[in-house]
Amino acid sequence: MTIYDPSADVIEVIRTPSPSPAAGAYRAFGETLRGLKTTFARIVEGPSTIQYPEEKTPVYPRFRGRHKLHRFEDTGLEKCVGCSLCAAACPADCIRVVAAENTPELRVSAGERYAAVYEINMSRCIFCGYCEVACPFDAITMGHDYELSDYTRSDLIFTKEMLLAEAIERSPLRGEGE
Amino acid sequence: MTVLADVNFYEPWWIQILKSLVIFAVIFAILPILIVYERKLLGRFQGRYGPNRVGPFGLLQPLAEIVKFATKEPSRPTTSVGFLFRLAPMIAILTAVTALALIPFGGVNRIFGKPVGLYGIDVSIGPLYVFALAGISFYGIMLGGWASGSKYSFLGAMRSAAQLISYEVSQGLSLLGVVITAGTLSLTGIVHAQVGLWFFIPQIVGFLVFMVASFAETNRAPFDLIEADAELVAGYFTEYGGTPFVAYLFAEYANMIVVSGIAVTIFFGGWLLPFGIHPPGWVDPIVVLVKIVLVFTLFIWVRATLPRLRYDQLMSLGWKILLPLATLNVLVTAIVVAS
Repeated sequence: MTIYDPSADVIEVIRTPSPSPAAGAYRAFGETLRGLKTTFARIVEGPSTIQYPEEKTPVYPRFRGRHKLHRFEDTGLEKCVGCSLCAAACPADCIRVVAAENTPELRVSAGERYAAVYEINMSRCIFCGYCEVACPFDAITMGHDYELSDYTRSDLIFTKEMLLAEAIERSPLRGEGE
Repeated sequence: MTVLADVNFYEPWWIQILKSLVIFAVIFAILPILIVYERKLLGRFQGRYGPNRVGPFGLLQPLAEIVKFATKEPSRPTTSVGFLFRLAPMIAILTAVTALALIPFGGVNRIFGKPVGLYGIDVSIGPLYVFALAGISFYGIMLGGWASGSKYSFLGAMRSAAQLISYEVSQGLSLLGVVITAGTLSLTGIVHAQVGLWFFIPQIVGFLVFMVASFAETNRAPFDLIEADAELVAGYFTEYGGTPFVAYLFAEYANMIVVSGIAVTIFFGGWLLPFGIHPPGWVDPIVVLVKIVLVFTLFIWVRATLPRLRYDQLMSLGWKILLPLATLNVLVTAIVVAS
């Protein structure tokens, strides 16, 4: 075995000995049969296609899909206090929060203020999850829904009502060990 | 009445017309099903489903595509030769359909009290007739490729010429062994000679050579280098669209049916069943069709498996391996039969 010398003019290439015609033909025949066996094994295996609209790829529990806003389960008050920390954390600048004071007549959230307007522009959102991290009250979390296409851009601006509403769970969750 | 067939009886003219219509209708009803069958099976070989959206199990897919092709605007390149450009697909489909007449779907049966052979025509020069038509169908490819006035089509046509001279000799020789053994050139005669032992057992070499040459004749993978989607767009029919394209497509599949039918007739005992089972006469065409579909499945299987050969590899395979093998097969068969 010679050591590779980059300055050499001629580099010896070591090749496997070329097979005799008979051996070559035999090998070609054998390899053809092996190839046929390989493709036939795919039939036995069955298709690995996921037929999307009917079947869906299950998502992992920590999958970052469409956002959800939450309420307190006991009082029904919104968790969001309109602090706009999520809007500040958002790298895509897709969250718009306009806060308003809670009054004794109209108590919307548990804190002093509440979000009068809470909009997420889904056509801009990059689903990084920073809003979820920034929120001090766990008012906003990322859901599992990833089917967010729509016909117009304005339909992709999700309002507070849409985000608060019980999300339709359209994406199957991946089970243990799947 | 001109006697084209060596059949010992005369069929009335109306039965001959009826027979040809039935064969044409049945085969052309099967063609789209075979196309969708191929696509589905090819999908399975590649771990996917294939077409399964249009109709039950995707069976109506070819119908949708035929409608699509038929409603397309006819167009041709300005560099094309108009007359030949239109003529070439017709030659291709015409020869493919004509060759269908040769496949025997059964023996002689009594229909309406008259003896009717379940085949288009039983010529006394069976395999030669097939090769003659295969030679003419090659003009469909050659003229189509040349008359398109496009470099891809032309390259495809050139390759088909190179391919033709490499496979045709060995394909002819591969059948000679059977002809020597059976002692007849009539295809029904060859089937009758296979009672007891199908010819693919004693003539296994001839069968293999014939199948390899048939892959080349029908431009199927691994010898689809005249279509070679990767480098030649679609080879000789690059410039065709709409119905002429369908004509080429159907011609290719009809050729596959013909080649499968010839292989079934010559090597797999035609309408005969193994183990001495003798079904009534009306089962024969079904037996032949099932066998044809099985051979067709082999075509698809090989297509899903083997990569395309290069131009020179095909020629060296044809001349250096297939031709000596076929010649040796003929020699050995001749010696065995003579002794």
